[in-house]
Amino acid sequence: MRVNVTVNGRPRQADDVWEGESLLYLLRERLGLPGSKNACEQGECGSCTVRLDGVPVCACLVAAGQAHGRDVVTVEGLAARAGAAEGHLSPVQQAFVDAGAVQCGFCTPGLLVAADDLLERDPDPSDADIREALSGNLCRCTGYEKILDAVRLAAARTARSGQGA
Amino acid sequence: MDFLRPARWEEALAAKAEHPAAVPIAGGTDVMVEINFDHRRPSHLLDLTRVTELYTWQDAGDRVRLGAAVPYARVIERLAGELPGLALAARTVGSPQIRNRGSVGGNLGAASPAGDSHPALLAAGAEVEAESVRGTRLIPVEEFYTGVKRNALAPDELIRAVHVRKATGPQQFSKVGTRNAMVIAVCAFALALHPDTRTVRTGIGSAAPTPVRARTAEDFLNAALAEARCWDTGAPVPPAVAAEFARLASAACRPIDDVRGSAAYRRHAVGVMARRTLAWAWEQHTTGEGTARCA
Amino acid sequence: MRPTRTDLTQQSTRGGIGASTLRPDGGLKVTGEFAYASDLWHEDMLWGHTLRSPHAHARIVSLDTAEALATPGVHAVLTHADLPAATRYGLEVQDAPVLADGVVRHHGEPVALVAADHPETARRAAAKIKAVYEQLPVVTDEKSATAPGAPLLHPARADKHAPHVPHPNVVHCQPVVRGDVEAARARAHAVVTGDYEVGMQDQAFLGPESGLAVPAEDGGVDLYIATQWLHADLRQIAPVLGLPEDKVRMTLSGVGGAFGGREDLSMQAHACLLALRTGRPVKMVYNRFESFFGHVHRHPARLHYEHGADRDGGLLFVRCRIVLDGGAYTSSSPSVVGNAASLAVGPYACDNVDVEALALYTNNPPCGAMRGFGAVQACFAYEAQMDRLAAELGLDPVEFRRRNAVSQGSVMPTGQVIDAPAPVAELLRRVKALPLPPERQWETAGGSADLRALPGGVSNTSHGEGVVRGVGYAVGIKNVGFSEGFDDYSTARVRLESVAGEPVATVRTAMAEVGQGGVTVHAQIARTELGVAEVTLQPADTRMGSAGSTSASRQTYVTGGAIKAACEAVRERVLELGRAKFGTYHPAWATAELLLEGGKIVTDGGEVLAGLADVLDGEEPVEAERVWRHRPTEPFDLRSGQGQGHVQYSFAAHRAVVEVDTELGLVKVVELACAQDVGKALNPLSVVGQIHGATTQGLGLAVMEEIAVDPATGLVRNPSFTDYLIPTVLDTPAMPVDILELADAHAPYGLRGVGEAPTLSATPAVVAAVRQATGLPLRRVPLRPEHLTGTDVPA
Repeated sequence: MRVNVTVNGRPRQADDVWEGESLLYLLRERLGLPGSKNACEQGECGSCTVRLDGVPVCACLVAAGQAHGRDVVTVEGLAARAGAAEGHLSPVQQAFVDAGAVQCGFCTPGLLVAADDLLERDPDPSDADIREALSGNLCRCTGYEKILDAVRLAAARTARSGQGA
Repeated sequence: MDFLRPARWEEALAAKAEHPAAVPIAGGTDVMVEINFDHRRPSHLLDLTRVTELYTWQDAGDRVRLGAAVPYARVIERLAGELPGLALAARTVGSPQIRNRGSVGGNLGAASPAGDSHPALLAAGAEVEAESVRGTRLIPVEEFYTGVKRNALAPDELIRAVHVRKATGPQQFSKVGTRNAMVIAVCAFALALHPDTRTVRTGIGSAAPTPVRARTAEDFLNAALAEARCWDTGAPVPPAVAAEFARLASAACRPIDDVRGSAAYRRHAVGVMARRTLAWAWEQHTTGEGTARCA
Repeated sequence: MRPTRTDLTQQSTRGGIGASTLRPDGGLKVTGEFAYASDLWHEDMLWGHTLRSPHAHARIVSLDTAEALATPGVHAVLTHADLPAATRYGLEVQDAPVLADGVVRHHGEPVALVAADHPETARRAAAKIKAVYEQLPVVTDEKSATAPGAPLLHPARADKHAPHVPHPNVVHCQPVVRGDVEAARARAHAVVTGDYEVGMQDQAFLGPESGLAVPAEDGGVDLYIATQWLHADLRQIAPVLGLPEDKVRMTLSGVGGAFGGREDLSMQAHACLLALRTGRPVKMVYNRFESFFGHVHRHPARLHYEHGADRDGGLLFVRCRIVLDGGAYTSSSPSVVGNAASLAVGPYACDNVDVEALALYTNNPPCGAMRGFGAVQACFAYEAQMDRLAAELGLDPVEFRRRNAVSQGSVMPTGQVIDAPAPVAELLRRVKALPLPPERQWETAGGSADLRALPGGVSNTSHGEGVVRGVGYAVGIKNVGFSEGFDDYSTARVRLESVAGEPVATVRTAMAEVGQGGVTVHAQIARTELGVAEVTLQPADTRMGSAGSTSASRQTYVTGGAIKAACEAVRERVLELGRAKFGTYHPAWATAELLLEGGKIVTDGGEVLAGLADVLDGEEPVEAERVWRHRPTEPFDLRSGQGQGHVQYSFAAHRAVVEVDTELGLVKVVELACAQDVGKALNPLSVVGQIHGATTQGLGLAVMEEIAVDPATGLVRNPSFTDYLIPTVLDTPAMPVDILELADAHAPYGLRGVGEAPTLSATPAVVAAVRQATGLPLRRVPLRPEHLTGTDVPA
């Protein structure tokens, strides 16, 4: 089957898609966008989190055919979406690097998409709100402490720079 | 495998009539797991995500007609007033990502005894709107679950909506899992006060082959509350009544030992949740206040 | 060799050791560009798939692959009969079949391989392989494994442990005996005995096993792989392929966590076999279900302990027996046994010790390396015993521990003297001195309850009903580096050159970066040693000499040591060049001690003699390669367990604060504070990250993580993230960390391996806190609600 989908603002097409394929497979293996990660493929880890028509979802649980005609944003599109200059990071991405929130990094893309969504909805979340918003994203390396630091840091930096934006 | 993409409800019904083995998929939160792990290879996937009416809900007098594919996140955000028990249950489903995709209709279609919606639907009172090219029928939710992962749908039927009675009193939902988020129920309990009829209804999840009401416990409690004139006076539920209610709720379970929990624990926990949810709901009823913050 | 100057650790080059420099791969990891093994793609590549055994023990009666091979899109189907050379592999003993040879010995054992043009084609073809099994009786615990007439897992075993084990289904057995336990027992004022059990924990790294094998024109193969130790893989793969090692070229690709689970081979040889058979690149990626069968797990254990103390709280004797379940194949069980035995008493001084540790062969899933490696199981038991003994004596559990804590100069039960700081008592003092978190944090200003701060979380099980707080303490001891006489070394090559007028260092090792941040600290070492800002790390591959394993908390120590040594050699050569070029201009070239700092050659008085770039300009790059070893160790005596077995010890202490819904048996860990001696924090941010991660894995073992294996069938019951639960952010508490830096004079910069010790003590601290809250004995982890409510399935 053929699937047409807009990914990170670009219209993309894939042919000969097997009907049982997930959006995750489509992105990773057919569209050259392996940033979204294949950690569990059962919706229990959040590593494949992407935005589908703006809404964070597990790409592993979206059938590729369901994405036909839809709009997808992956970790590869976060910086551009945030208006970062070419070669620069979005505030959330930069905060993850700066706060030491990245170790092996396999959970990072999904966490970034989830955190980006949280900060868009709530620019100044409480710790409990951050925890609840990120509770669908497993991390095995960090114990989450530095991830919480990163989200707080991104929120604080955005608040400071956002005065004029 | 074929991928069917009906744009309208009638097309979906026609496709299901033509391919009764087709597996409907909306949020994909159950179906895609089975496909990814090679547990299921249906001949057809019937994608319902283009049938937009399934994502809407309507006020239908004393009920909400909830489209089959309305995601849990929407139930939490928009329907916590009319359907508080279902909203509480929805908040315990999977993860934020899952709640953005999964739906009550999907929960019913899968009919897992561990589905989080079921106890809340049983306690509130609900009917499943099932439809095929042959026509529409409303199935009381109690009759919908027919076995482990089995439901009352005919092969050519699809779930179009769920009709859930609007709350006339406080509702509670409680679920035990061995993790503080993103966990499948070891067991769950829902309770709804219906002051209009002076009745209490319940729902038990994951402690029997199907979701069930604890009818003996309900009958006992309804009689005991009437006898003690609690509805008239707003007096607290007598501890002995609460204890017996909990015991009967526990006795309504027919649980198994499995990798998620023991049968004995499930019976025990359902009793504890029954007692606690009754206390919370009754306090809300008598004081008009909640005791837990739904942030 | 130039003497090491301690002030180098505080010198002026930016981004050197002691600074919290950021990961060099951080940018790539947050943009999604970092290429993990599962992200690799090659034109014309095929997908490999593994058919696995549905039984824990069975004879393969027949295996018919004809229909699978005839499936359109299928390019190869391989079974044991197709193997070209060696048919078994293993880290310590070569007993694991590459593909099952007539018998399967555990659930999920690889039986056949398929290569096809799409993963679904490969799966469907695998389903067409007609495998007929005749089930055999299973052994799943000590009783069944050593019963008269028990089926033997490896009846013809000829490994080095075979002669000394009490039963052929025992992998290895290590006693440690010291003093006179019987006499001490007679003197004891208080004696406590207990039986403990630790469930099978999974590493649950998030990046599943994966790799890409590309056949080469020379008949060899290039393998891009996520692993912990390239050269150990190579040593095992090449014989299986029937190729010399130089024709199997391995390159490390991005690794999504490891924690011990990538120390053994998974799909490495399989992908290479398929690539060589088909002549096409082959990618293999396990999904989460398969991953649970694709790697070894932490050994489950049953432990029997007896502790005795005198009236004043002095530990008189410890007697224990530790039975580890190694599963069907050897993996690293012998070394795990060595750790369990030698660390069985914990960080306590005790003159009378009688320890026996052993590992079994069973039909359960194979077990091997996981963070904490044999020390975790013992720590759970001895810390429970220490609490009970303190209670028996009426002593405060922390004071009792401090009274018996080892310190520098203490003698371990193996006879080894601890010849570096061992601040066990101080670590305990520090965690105890931290302020306790406020009680009832779920209460909001409005008087309602914030579910997220309660046991059960948003599942709305309690608004405070039944909730009781408990506080618990634990401390542990872990060895650093490979022990028992293993030749543990690393290799590093360092180059210094002038690029566009700037001095640039290049560091090359074969170290596997698995997320721990080795790449960060290794660059820091080069900056410090060579005084340059710009350090490039080259990719790890087998064209470079071995770096050893990224395990045993050893890479900062050993590969760090190798880089430091190579840098020192480069520095000597640079100073020679400097003297030759500029020596006549300043007498200090000949007389002063010279340092490389801030891109310059300076005297120890701070006078600048030359820019590094000026020295290097027009010269060939200065390059040095060094193989570096930590000081040697020796095997433990097979009867007494005596021996200088370990290189270094590391210590961490935890205080856990929990709130338990005592009616429902649900646990909320409120805070998990850690104090750890790290010798020298080369990168404090990374050190804290390691402590947080290790602590969280210990928490997971305490309250939720277990691979459930059916004792009747040996089948795994929960191979998924739906039923094997690891902590979410809502299960993980605040984790204050107090870092102590007492230098170990034997280690580079005085550092101490960091990554494992907190995994040990987190688990018993949490359980101690739950015991305090509930009053229950709690002899098994992970705790389940059933254990806290008396509703467990009767055994």
